[in-house]
Amino acid sequence: MEESFEVALTVNGTHRTARVPARRLLSDLLRHDLGLTGTHVGCEHGVCGCCTVLLDGEPVRSCLMFAVTAAGHEVTTVEGLAAEDGTPSPVQRAFRDCHGLQCGFCTPGFLCTVTALLRETPHPTEDQVLEGISGNLCRCTGYQNIVKSVHRAADLLSEES
Amino acid sequence: MGTRVFGEPVKRREDGRLLTGRGRFLDDLGRDALAAAFARSPHAHARIADIDVSEALDVDGLVAIYTWEDLPGRVGEPLPLLIPHPALTHGRTGYPLARDVVRHVGEPVAMVVARDRYLAEDAAERIRVEYEPLPAVVGIETASRAEHLVHDDVPGNVGAVLVQENGDAPAAIEAAPHVLEFSLSIERSASMPLEGRGVYARWDADDGSLRVYSSTQASTSVRAAIAARLGLPNGKVEVVAPDVGGGFGVKIVHPWPEEVLVPWAARLLDREIKWTEDRREHFVAAAHERGQLQDVRVGFDDEGRVLGLDVRIRHDHGAYTPYGIIIPIVTSTQLLGPYRIGAYRAEVVSLYTNTLIVTPYRGAGRPQGVFCMERTMDRIARHLGRDRADVRAANFIQPDEFPYDQGLTFQDGRPLIYDSGDYPELLRKARELIGWDGFGAERSAAAARGRRLGIGLGVYVEGTGVGPYEGGHVEIDTAGRVHVSTGLTSQGQSHETVFAQIAAAELGVPIGDVQVTTGDTRRFGYAVGTFASRAAVMSGNAIALACRKVRDKALRIAGEALEADPRDLDITDGVVHVRGDMSASVPLRTVAVLSNPLRYAFDEEAAAATQFAVGRPATEPPVASGDEPGLEGRDYYSPVRSTFAAGAHAAIVEVDPDTAEIAILRYAVVHDCGRLINPMVVEGQIHGGVAQGVGGALYERMVYDESGQLLNASFMDFLMPYATEIPRIETDHLETPSPLNPLGIKGAGEAGVIPVSAVIASAVEDAEGVRVDAMPLSPDALYTLRERAAQDPSLRVPEGARIV
Amino acid sequence: MKPPPFGYHAPASLGEALDALAAAPGGKVLAGGQSLIPLLNMRLAAPSDLVDINRVAELDTLHVRDDGVRVGALARHARVERSAAAAAVQPLLGQALRHVAHPVIRNRGTVVGSLAHADPAAEMPAVLAVLGGTVEAASARGRRTIPAADFFLGPLESALDPGELAVAAFFPAAPPRTGTAFAETARRHGDYALSGVAAVVSLDEDLRVGDARAGYLGIAGTPLVLDLTEAAGHHGDWAAAAAHVRERIDPEPDIHAGAAYRRHLTGVLTERALNAAAADALRKAED
Repeated sequence: MEESFEVALTVNGTHRTARVPARRLLSDLLRHDLGLTGTHVGCEHGVCGCCTVLLDGEPVRSCLMFAVTAAGHEVTTVEGLAAEDGTPSPVQRAFRDCHGLQCGFCTPGFLCTVTALLRETPHPTEDQVLEGISGNLCRCTGYQNIVKSVHRAADLLSEES
Repeated sequence: MGTRVFGEPVKRREDGRLLTGRGRFLDDLGRDALAAAFARSPHAHARIADIDVSEALDVDGLVAIYTWEDLPGRVGEPLPLLIPHPALTHGRTGYPLARDVVRHVGEPVAMVVARDRYLAEDAAERIRVEYEPLPAVVGIETASRAEHLVHDDVPGNVGAVLVQENGDAPAAIEAAPHVLEFSLSIERSASMPLEGRGVYARWDADDGSLRVYSSTQASTSVRAAIAARLGLPNGKVEVVAPDVGGGFGVKIVHPWPEEVLVPWAARLLDREIKWTEDRREHFVAAAHERGQLQDVRVGFDDEGRVLGLDVRIRHDHGAYTPYGIIIPIVTSTQLLGPYRIGAYRAEVVSLYTNTLIVTPYRGAGRPQGVFCMERTMDRIARHLGRDRADVRAANFIQPDEFPYDQGLTFQDGRPLIYDSGDYPELLRKARELIGWDGFGAERSAAAARGRRLGIGLGVYVEGTGVGPYEGGHVEIDTAGRVHVSTGLTSQGQSHETVFAQIAAAELGVPIGDVQVTTGDTRRFGYAVGTFASRAAVMSGNAIALACRKVRDKALRIAGEALEADPRDLDITDGVVHVRGDMSASVPLRTVAVLSNPLRYAFDEEAAAATQFAVGRPATEPPVASGDEPGLEGRDYYSPVRSTFAAGAHAAIVEVDPDTAEIAILRYAVVHDCGRLINPMVVEGQIHGGVAQGVGGALYERMVYDESGQLLNASFMDFLMPYATEIPRIETDHLETPSPLNPLGIKGAGEAGVIPVSAVIASAVEDAEGVRVDAMPLSPDALYTLRERAAQDPSLRVPEGARIV
Repeated sequence: MKPPPFGYHAPASLGEALDALAAAPGGKVLAGGQSLIPLLNMRLAAPSDLVDINRVAELDTLHVRDDGVRVGALARHARVERSAAAAAVQPLLGQALRHVAHPVIRNRGTVVGSLAHADPAAEMPAVLAVLGGTVEAASARGRRTIPAADFFLGPLESALDPGELAVAAFFPAAPPRTGTAFAETARRHGDYALSGVAAVVSLDEDLRVGDARAGYLGIAGTPLVLDLTEAAGHHGDWAAAAAHVRERIDPEPDIHAGAAYRRHLTGVLTERALNAAAADALRKAED
């Protein structure tokens, strides 16, 4: 039998634990052990960005991290982006307003990436937007409306603050 | 009428769940299911001498291992050939698990079922297969030479020879004032949705039924295939396409080996089993597309009008032909585009190679055909020293010539007759949008600053909405909710929104009251599938027709209740009323109650309905002959033939004189898909298509080595564009409604991708002054082209011919 | 694509980490994991053990001194990239880091991990090589400092011994009147480069070119450093330097570009990077 480890971490503000082998990817822990299937897995080699989550607020690939390494850290997934009362975040609203998603598979990764991007750069230029989302693949939208969504989200955020 | 919904940029109804992680894609289901994994061939061509699973048996959590020997009866038979065609004289398909011989890297050899995917992969890795390698046939030239065969019983590796002919092209070319002859090549790419394939099966031993979830573009056909293979009646198999993370064509193939094997094993083991394709598997075990060599001979007059066109196309269809020869058919017919060609002949030779199967990817043969025709138009223009746009205009079918019969047979087996269009106007708008006429000055100004710019153009016609049919079902319940279903599946094209728009407009109800279900055999059993830009045309019209039935019934019942002539009634915001008089009215939810003579007062609505004296005389049965209880309707749309959308794209590129890097500075699209249901959605479809087109033009290819290994089977090396590689896309629309269907619509799903390679080739050729005959075009390829052209003047575009 | 099983060790101190490595000769160090975990997921690597150093706080350091920048084994690319202090001492770090994959990868990947991975197509090995930096290695037996010239042995092969951990890397500061530039061409933004150049140009007191050198990635099995001072001459004939480089190198073809193009491109990038570095040097000299 493969050795297993107790992993305790905070996910979307809630303390969670699971007993998993060392090789369990963080993406699989979230999806299969914790049932948070909003984080998607598109390539499992770190290129597509679908599995991007926030680790202590910074976007990282959850397919390129073992669950055991994430122990003790704070993880935010797409399920944790909305306000506690369920109100969608400005980034989520902007993607809907601007038709920034089609099939929706890559979307959670974009939402996490963009949430962090706008926290660091609240008024990004076009180039900063492109650089910011440059590690996320989308096969549906041709990125046009995703770029629009990021600018729209920046506007919504500044209106609210 | 209530708020206008048809034609409006209505926000998407699917976004709420997709933006919050509440979408349900295949791998989000079946948390407790066992996992399947496959041992796949590492060889492109080999005989299987022995399979030894003994080492794998020790793996903790292993449940079962199956090889072809274990598959009983029909489960082990070769997979079906879906679309037979008389020209496909040597169609061949693979087995669900390889039997004796493997013919491409990635072919499944053994299936493992284990407690989770990690353990299933551990076991699959330990299966020892002894292979005796056979010579691999890789590439079109090698396949043509046929020194080795992919299938022993397929001479020359030729699966099909398809000839499409209208007039005597060779004679017309001989007699033409000008003749050109050249060759073109387009490499392989793939649909590459970000969600791979996947199958999840649940066997219910208590009632002997199977429920299968598959990330498919054709759930009803998957059901029929599984039922047939497993010896079950259709009624005991339900297939559901959950949220599908993109398809772009690859998920139309069915049944995949895994779609047969996973349900079979689930029944055998009486356990839930799920297989989720990983990215590596998707590269070597799903399907690719594109991949053609084209030899062109064209004769034309001084105006550039094509008098005769003779094309020989060699198409690489991979190791098997489960999807028939749809791509060659589409290439050879859609090649004609918006043009009236004097005489035409196309011969497509479809060849076997020891590579992954080739089945439709967005565009499905059109990008290749359009590349051929548009490169030809540019050649003619350069040869004559004429404007490239003018040469196209000289060949256009004119707006007063519709319906226009191209004299060929299209992919639906029907005559290739264009229903409507206005190609001169498309071109005019495209020229205007990109600034075609002023570009010469722009290029010169840039050149003075050491920058190298070029402009390109491409026009195409796309047959959309092929039959044979789709259906729609609409039911209004006693709460006033409208339930719409169609068997056709979704893969991200916003069907829940656009179908709801159609239903809301037809019924006169608020769009918020409409719920749409797609691709679920529990709700609708007859369907064809999502492909060929057909969803809006086929299911959209079927739903409209079903809505009209429901509307008629609602007006009839309401007329009885209101003692009014149904012809005087209208529906606004879900309320039936006398036209111009809201006081005499009855809500649809009440009509729904009235439509059912069984009136248990389960809810207030049913109780309230008793105020209306609707009921049949005591001498008549409560449900009249020919009538049905309930406020629902079902109808099908089955067109006589396809409808033809069209578009014109133009681009300005800049090439780096030193590094040979290519940048797209501007990209303009003018698109005509008839009436627009939702312009926001159509625009989104075009954006995505163009991005895939840019991928095919500049980045994506499948790199096989001589032994049939795919060298770039990862997202590291298969270069799908990121946001940083895609230019801003400018769009404009033209609406020439289709006369063939009630809504006047044409398909839009594939439009964006079709002419992009042709447009970029045209623009780079314009910038560089060297002939571009092969795509995709990498910096290395352009550098090599420059070097060769420096040695060989015949590769250069004639000086003086480079006018816009 | 799931990783194979491995023994897992999560030391809390450097001592524990070195003990774990000593006890597991077939073990690998897990820091950012941005190169290692893809290999594991594809089962292209199957180490017996992983020693996860992410809890070794003493390795999470970034020291900027007058003589250079010392980057600890747990310092992520993003941290070094954003450090204004590091950029002031050795601007080439930030110039090159912007080209390392994508921002999200840089949030997790480490500079020292990238060096230890010794990928000849990666940016940081070329930077360390052209600057003549060093790698500090520690094992249960002791510590040693390995010059860049001796550190990279071949593709994915470093001078680290089994049981040895790269604890830090040192990037020397730029001397006075020295300019730097980084140029690379990748197929897509963020991809491994088809060719890349890290250029360093120093001017003498008369503002003539005193030293010009370039570190290359993507064109040989290890980072290649060429001294171009002589080829360029005192007045900085960068085209001549580029021509010299084209003659000196022997790039390998791969699926993304052939040898002829790589040779040509490397010349173009050399000229551009040296030009930019010289302009930078001149600006600094005039400050």
